[in-house]
Amino acid sequence: MRAPASNLPLVFDDVSLSAGATTILDRICLTIGLGAPTLVLGPNGAGKTSLLRLCMGLLSPTRGVVSWGGRIDGGPERRAILFQKPVMLRRSVAANIAYGLAHAGCPRGLRAQRTEELLDSVGLSALASRPARRLSGGEQQRLALARALARQPEILLLDEPTASLDPAATRFVEEIILATAHSGTKIIMASHDLGQVRRLAGDVVFLVHGRLFEHADASDFFDRPATPQAAAFIRGDLVL
Amino acid sequence: MSETLTAWQLIASGDATLFAIVGLSLAVSLTAVVVAGIVGLPLGAILALTRFPGRAAMVVVLNGFMGLPPVVVGLSVYLLLSRSGPLGELGLLFTPTAMVTAQALLVLPIIAALTRHTVEDLWLEYREELSAMGVGWASRVATLLWDSRFSLVTVLLAGFGRAAAEVGTVMIVGGNIDGFTRTMTTTIALETSRGNLALAIGLGIILILLILLVNATAWGVRVWAVERAG
Ligand SMILES: Nc1ncnc2c1ncn2[C@@H]1O[C@H](COP(=O)(O)OP(=O)(O)OP(=O)(O)O)[C@@H](O)[C@H]1O
Ligand SMILES: [Mg+2]
Repeated sequence: MRAPASNLPLVFDDVSLSAGATTILDRICLTIGLGAPTLVLGPNGAGKTSLLRLCMGLLSPTRGVVSWGGRIDGGPERRAILFQKPVMLRRSVAANIAYGLAHAGCPRGLRAQRTEELLDSVGLSALASRPARRLSGGEQQRLALARALARQPEILLLDEPTASLDPAATRFVEEIILATAHSGTKIIMASHDLGQVRRLAGDVVFLVHGRLFEHADASDFFDRPATPQAAAFIRGDLVL
Repeated sequence: MSETLTAWQLIASGDATLFAIVGLSLAVSLTAVVVAGIVGLPLGAILALTRFPGRAAMVVVLNGFMGLPPVVVGLSVYLLLSRSGPLGELGLLFTPTAMVTAQALLVLPIIAALTRHTVEDLWLEYREELSAMGVGWASRVATLLWDSRFSLVTVLLAGFGRAAAEVGTVMIVGGNIDGFTRTMTTTIALETSRGNLALAIGLGIILILLILLVNATAWGVRVWAVERAG
């Protein structure tokens, strides 16, 4: 059996994205390789979600090229995304996971056991038979994370995965994220929480108004921001 | 007033003629809905998921056909099946099969159009998530139909209500033959004009009870579904 081709490095070559007259992302050049999590930072409307959608291949750039391991046609087989507002299928919690497993090619005989393991890993075992849409916002977000992990992705894209979680659940999910990163999955994650960025980030991608201002190691980004915009953002000031 | 009393007596005594008519009506309309569902559910789902030139026109036509006049459908099927028509060889005119065909055609646009609407709403919600999970085309159709199954039950019931209550198509293609193609609605029309009001009223009562039952079921399914699946 041939090993599936790698998705890494993920390369943005002069990528722009626009909708009508609006420029959402403006000439982004970016290379993301294997390693510690890449955190995507920026104020509201900066283009973080759009960038993650491009990383997933759900959107096509208006100009420029996105490539995964040198390929531009790559299907989403080895990528997974946790949306900012995840959508629960109208099924039970366990069935949502089983559905993800089925479409990630998990053999039928293994699904029940894998479902249990995944639910356990996000702390939702007790809710397995509940209708997924009845879960609280935070529970839904954890379920969506488990459903994304079910794909055993090489690249895992996370769009503010802890935005609606309480502090304990946030810690819990951060641990899952770190464990996933250690097991060799590349994490690319949007976040607003600077504390979280410090805890998780290997490198930081900083966007404002659809433009890439910085791509640096996390320590460099926080200690020596290269742009006044990044410095203002770190201080918690309005970024203009 | 005495006719109404006689009507209730007919129902209560389990009058054979009356219940034979009810039985045939139910068989014809249920079969028609099953046939229309087999075609209409996937058709509506496919229409919801695909984008092609002329799609908007097709949706508009389909929506318009929900209000197709039964007599016109009846006439069209009559022309198809009549001795000199293209399918005249089959000898189906004035048989229950002809009635099923006509009612299925009448109900098909209702089922397809309502399915399209229901599935498209869910598709807008699911689209990105399913794309991200790499769900193939046929699986998408199956997933959307399955996840909207409770709404689709009410769609089928709406189709059944329409079929059971209409008189135009079955009158024209069935011919209202005693003991063979006589349905509740055609019998009511005939017996009323003959002045035999008791049977007409009896059938009218049953028809209304049926329609109420169908709507109560639809409502129950919806409540139950919301409770279960959110
Ligand atoms: N389809 C679209 N049509 C027009 N404008 C869009 C579209 N999608 C996104 N935008 C705009 O592009 C900008 C970037 O959106 P995006 O969702 O990527 O921001 P974000 O950084 O994720 O913001 P937030 O922190 O609020 O989640 C926003 O101003 C948004 O209004
Ligand atoms: Mg966003």
